[in-house]
Amino acid sequence: MKPSIPVPAAAHQEDYLLSPYWAEIKEIVPETVDTTTFWLELTDRELQDSYKFAAGQFNMLYLPGYGEAALSLSSDPEKPKRIGHTIRFVGNVTHAIRRLRVGQTLGLRGPFGTAWPIEAYEGNDVAIAAGGIGLAPLRPVIYHIINHRQDYGNVTILYGARTPSDLLYTSEYAVWEANGIQVMTTVDRADESWQGQVGVVPMLFYRCRFDNQKTIVFSCGPEIMMRFVVFEGLARRISTDRIYLSLERNMKCGQGFCGHCQYGPYFICKDGPVYRFDQLEPYFNLEDL
Amino acid sequence: MPNQILDVGAKVVIKKPQLNVLIDSLQASGYQTIGPRVRDNAVTYAPIETLEDLPRGYDSEQARGEYRLIRADHQRYFDAAPGSDSWKKFRFPPSSLLFEAFRENGRWRTNLPAEKAPQYAFIGVRPCDLAAIRVQDRVFMRQDFVDPIYKAHREKILILAVSCTHPNSTCFCTSMGTGPKASSGFDLNFTELEDVFLVEVGSEKGANVLQPLELDHAIAYRLQLAETALQKAERSIQRHIENIEQVPELLHNNLEHPLWDEVGSHCLSCTNCTQVCPTCFCWDVEDLNDLSGDKTRRERIWDSCFNPSYSYIAGGNTRPTTKSRYRQWLTHKLSTWVNQFGESGCVGCGRCITWCPAKIDITADIKKFQEATA
Repeated sequence: MKPSIPVPAAAHQEDYLLSPYWAEIKEIVPETVDTTTFWLELTDRELQDSYKFAAGQFNMLYLPGYGEAALSLSSDPEKPKRIGHTIRFVGNVTHAIRRLRVGQTLGLRGPFGTAWPIEAYEGNDVAIAAGGIGLAPLRPVIYHIINHRQDYGNVTILYGARTPSDLLYTSEYAVWEANGIQVMTTVDRADESWQGQVGVVPMLFYRCRFDNQKTIVFSCGPEIMMRFVVFEGLARRISTDRIYLSLERNMKCGQGFCGHCQYGPYFICKDGPVYRFDQLEPYFNLEDL
Repeated sequence: MPNQILDVGAKVVIKKPQLNVLIDSLQASGYQTIGPRVRDNAVTYAPIETLEDLPRGYDSEQARGEYRLIRADHQRYFDAAPGSDSWKKFRFPPSSLLFEAFRENGRWRTNLPAEKAPQYAFIGVRPCDLAAIRVQDRVFMRQDFVDPIYKAHREKILILAVSCTHPNSTCFCTSMGTGPKASSGFDLNFTELEDVFLVEVGSEKGANVLQPLELDHAIAYRLQLAETALQKAERSIQRHIENIEQVPELLHNNLEHPLWDEVGSHCLSCTNCTQVCPTCFCWDVEDLNDLSGDKTRRERIWDSCFNPSYSYIAGGNTRPTTKSRYRQWLTHKLSTWVNQFGESGCVGCGRCITWCPAKIDITADIKKFQEATA
C-alpha cells in the first residue's frame, strides 16, 4: 500500500531519538503578514554533513518551554545544509518561533515521513495544486523540477490563497516561469490591485489541459480544497494512483508510536504525510475520522 | 532432585514457601521484585519483599463499572484479579524524562537523562497481561524503529507468569486467544494448586533463577490438577466476542454506521478505559519550565485518544465529538491495530469494562454491530 519512495530516515541515533538537535537561525525572510521563512543550519558540523531530506518530508521544530510543531521542509533537498521552513504563525509554538532572531537556536528532529515521488515520475507532466501554506511542502518539488527541468514535461502550479497578500513566494514566480513552469494563481477575496483569478484552487483546473496518461497531481492545502482537487483530477480521468496528497494531523513523535496522528490505519507521521490517493480513498470523506 | 539447569519447557513443582527463596535470590541478583499487592481494597502491582505481601486468601468480583476484593476461605495467593492497575507502568512509565534543556547566551543545549532503567522481576503476570506485553513490544520495538525508553525497561524484565485459574465476569480472553493459559512469552509460568506451584520453564533465564530452589518432580496427578483448573477457568468465562477474526473488517466497513451515534452517546470521554488498558500506548509530551525560562524539563506522559487535545491541530480539533473519539478508540483496538501491528490491540482483560463509569462493554458494542449488520 505504501508508495515505495526511498526517503532519508531521521538522522538520529536511536538513543537520542526524542531529544532534538540544535539549529541556528541564519536568515529570516518574511513572506506574508503571518508567514515567514526561517533558514536554519544545524550547529553540529558532522550533522550538517549527514543531514539529508526528500521533498515532502517534515521536521519537528522545538522551542523549549513551548513545545514542538511538525513543519514541512520547504527548501531545496539538494542543498540540505541550508534547511528552510516556511512557517505560518497559527499556534503556540509557531507564535513563539516568530519572536526568534537570527543567531538564536531552536531544536530540530527529523526528517520524518514520506516524500513526493517526484523522481519516480521523470518524463511526466506535473500538476501542483496548493492552497495557502500548502505550497510550502511542495516548494522542494519545484526546486527539484528546476534542478532537473529536462526530466519533466509540462509543469503547472495551481495555487490559491485567501487574498493576494497571502500568496507565498510571489517574488519567485518569475524564476519558475523562466524555467518553463506555468504558474496559475487565484484568490478567495481580491483587492483593488488584483487583476487575476478569483475563486478556489480546483477551479483553476478548468483553465488548463492535462494529458491524463502523463500527468501526476501533487496537492497540499485545506482538506476541503484537496477533496475538490481530487474530484477535478478524477473528472479528467487522471487515475487515483497518479494523485498524491499531503495530510496534516497532530504529531508528537514523528515515528508512529505516540498515536496522535492516526487516520484510519495510518500514522500520518510515518505512513504519510504524502499519500497516493487510492490509499486514502476509504477514509478521505469520513467526518471526524 | 539435583538442580541441574532445566530445559525450556520442563515442568517442576515447588512448595509455596519456596517462592520466598526465589524472591530473595532475585533481589540478591539485583532485581526489583514486583507483584500483586492489596492497596485501597484492590489488587495493585507494587514492590514485594516476601510471599506475605501477596493477596493471599482473596477473590475478586468484577462487573460493568464494578470491582470488589473479597476475603475468601482459601489460602491461594494469585486468585484475585488486578483492579485498574497493570504492568504497563513498569515498561512504559506514566511519565518519563526525555531530556533537560538549558539556555545560555540565547543558545540552547540538551542534557540527556543519566538514570538507568531498573531491573524488574514481574511476579504473577496473568496470561492476558502477558499478551499485552507482547502487543506493546510490537508497538515500541518495531523493525523500523525502537523506542529507547521502552526498550531500556523492557529488556531487563524477568517475567514470572501465573496461569489464570479464576477469571472474573468481565474477562473475555478466550475470544482474544490470550488465556486463561499462558503458552509463551514468560521466563517461568506458575500454576497455583492448593499446596504447591507447578512451574513451567519458558526460557534459559527462567531456568537459571530456579537454581537455588528445592524442586520436586511434576507428577502426573498434579499436572492433571492444573489442567483441570485451567479447563474449569476456561468454561467459567462468560463474556465473548464471536467471530473475532471478522471484527476488523466489520468495523472498517461500518465507520459511518448510524449505530455509532448510539454507542458513542454513552461515552463520557473520561479516558478511564485507555488509562487502565494494558496495551494503550499513546503519549504526549510536556515542558516543565522554571521561572527564568532558561531551563526546561521535557517529559513524556500517558495520553488518551479521548482527550480533546489529542487530535488538536492549529485551526481546530479533528475529532471534536465524543462519538468520533469513541469510534477511534474502538476501531483502533479491534481493527486498525491489526493493520498497524499485525494483531489485535485488545487482549480481553476486561479492564475497560470494569472501569468504565458509564458501564460501556466493548463486547456488547461489538455484538450490536454484528447484529445490526447481519
